[in-house]
Amino acid sequence: MSKILVIAEHLDGKLNPATARAVSAAQAVKPAAIDVLVLADNVAALAAEAAKIDGVSRVLTVERAENAHPLAAVLAPQVAKAAAGYSHVFAPSTTFGKDLAPRVAALLGVAQVSDVMSVEGAHTFKRPIYAGNAIVTVEADPAYTVVATIRTASWPVAASGANSAPVEALALDVALPSHTRYLGLQSGKSDRPDLQSASKVVSGGRGVGSKENFDVIFKLADKLGAAVGASRAAVDAGYVPSDLQVGQTGKIIAPELYMAIGISGAIQHLTGIKDAGTIVAINKDAEAPIFEVADFGLVGDLFKLIPELEQVL
Amino acid sequence: MKILVGYKRVVDYNVRIQVKPDGTGVVTDGVKLSANPFDDIALEEALRLREKGVATEVVVVGIGPADLTAHLRNGLAMGANRAIHVTTADAVQPLTAARVLLKLVEKEQPGLVLLGKQAIDDDANQTGQMLAALWDRPQATFASKVEIADGKATVTREVDAGLETIEVDLPAVVTSDLRLNEPRFIKLPDIMKAKSKPIDVVELASLGVDSGDHLKTTHYAAPAKRSKGVMVKDAAELVAALKQKGLL
Ligand SMILES: Cc1cc2nc3c(=O)[nH]c(=O)nc-3n(C[C@H](O)[C@H](O)[C@H](O)COP(=O)(O)OP(=O)(O)OC[C@H]3O[C@@H](n4cnc5c(N)ncnc54)[C@H](O)[C@@H]3O)c2cc1C
Ligand SMILES: Cc1cc2nc3c(=O)[nH]c(=O)nc-3n(C[C@H](O)[C@H](O)[C@H](O)COP(=O)(O)OP(=O)(O)OC[C@H]3O[C@@H](n4cnc5c(N)ncnc54)[C@H](O)[C@@H]3O)c2cc1C
Repeated sequence: MSKILVIAEHLDGKLNPATARAVSAAQAVKPAAIDVLVLADNVAALAAEAAKIDGVSRVLTVERAENAHPLAAVLAPQVAKAAAGYSHVFAPSTTFGKDLAPRVAALLGVAQVSDVMSVEGAHTFKRPIYAGNAIVTVEADPAYTVVATIRTASWPVAASGANSAPVEALALDVALPSHTRYLGLQSGKSDRPDLQSASKVVSGGRGVGSKENFDVIFKLADKLGAAVGASRAAVDAGYVPSDLQVGQTGKIIAPELYMAIGISGAIQHLTGIKDAGTIVAINKDAEAPIFEVADFGLVGDLFKLIPELEQVL
Repeated sequence: MKILVGYKRVVDYNVRIQVKPDGTGVVTDGVKLSANPFDDIALEEALRLREKGVATEVVVVGIGPADLTAHLRNGLAMGANRAIHVTTADAVQPLTAARVLLKLVEKEQPGLVLLGKQAIDDDANQTGQMLAALWDRPQATFASKVEIADGKATVTREVDAGLETIEVDLPAVVTSDLRLNEPRFIKLPDIMKAKSKPIDVVELASLGVDSGDHLKTTHYAAPAKRSKGVMVKDAAELVAALKQKGLL
């Protein structure tokens, strides 16, 4: 019977909802137990939050000053140690999980399944390759622990509130390296909804033309209560910070509404929005590939159409 | 300081990948192959570090079949001093690639290993982290800025929450993100020069690594298609349609 360890992701004392998505994927394996591992310098509030997630059997905590920041080199040996006795170790496929999980897998001497989008069996998973242009079914060898990252856009946030799983402190005897030191985080934090979990996203591309012009995207987003995203071209040109990039090498998102404005629809961008509910495209080029996937397309100049939109909203 | 660079060959990013109708793979016959874009960026960074006098030698590494030579020559033409070709008929998975790279690291003793953050074929995003773990050295993944001084690297990383900066002791593994730099173009005279640069050929089987290829790909499928929707004529019609769907 499977036993799954889910690595909690958190920032500023709050769980990232990606954790509860990884719990959903764990539930799909129909395991005997799902334990959530919280590594932090201050675990109490995080553990309490994790204990409420439906399907969680136990919350395991490791409270150490060294765990204040998500350094893979520091966390991996602890996760590898805690993984003893588990058949699966899951982490969300966020930059946190992508950084950490392969280091854990290598310490355990096992392969990793990246970006699990569906569970077909305890050792059989589907995942995208070639920027989502092909979906492969992968079988992991049951002789080894399965280390996997969970493609968050494919999984719902597990419900929370009805559960109160027990919380247990783990005493792990592991030496931690000092060769990796955290210096700081420059975050583009704003009052806008978070790009990865927002139900509505308005994204701008190279067509927006400049950093100043991007204000029209921010204004429209604010009017809709939406998060803001961008294409790689818009980020490369310096219109917006890198954490707004959507796509193969940026964020993979699944909002109910995605509006692509001045974005041509390159395959690397589209792979980031495949699971969006409704896609709206606004582009002055009627032949732009984005219209091939858009549920609603509007051809025209964005600088004329956005003000018109705001008027009728 | 010596820098080892992962230089993987992949299907060019402009190719529209087609899944074979029988689900046994993707069509790769006659398809254009190029360097993994992230590896071009990794190589560019290594070359710039050499030009700044931080590094003295840049070695590109490719793991793959016999016909990888031409691809490695491109890395040499871009400016690498030499290449190592680890030959294997089969594609290797990241854990095996990391074990192979560890063997080369033990022999070459580089001060820095620069890899791509992911290869755009398998999109695994694992090899660098695995190598760092096996080597028991620091990793700085998704790098958009690298500064090296006093035996340390200060690396800015593109993470979901923004830009994180960490400091790592060398030797270390750094994986490149897209905004680390813009790779140079290869010039014709450099292609000529590259012909005389050495490529060491090592058989994978001779390295004594255990295969970490624990995953079996049993089926390939085309992704679910989104169907083309409707064109609306103006902003009012768009808003009405979205309201009708309950999205506004
Ligand atoms: C390895 C690799 C990874 C990549 N990863 C990503 C990724 O994660 N995310 C990503 O987005 N891209 C990624 N890319 C880049 C991708 O290939 C495209 O280059 C990029 O998405 C293009 O961005 P864009 O659509 O904004 O720009 P363009 O392709 O230049 O499109 C701009 C569009 O704006 C329209 N436009 C211009 N002016 C107006 C106007 N006034 N009104 C209305 N429309 C207008 C134009 O008609 C055009 O369609 C990657 C590429 C590579 C090689
Ligand atoms: C034509 C083709 C057919 C394939 N068929 C199969 C198949 O049948 N089954 C299967 O499991 N896989 C197959 N693959 C995928 C291949 O095995 C993957 O490359 C492997 O799983 C490693 O994953 P990755 O490159 O995405 O690793 P990542 O971890 O994403 O790679 C990160 C970085 O590691 C370095 N690196 C990784 N591998 C190499 C290498 N070989 N040489 C030099 N540097 C490297 C590079 O710097 C790279 O940027 C195929 C690939 C191609 C191009």
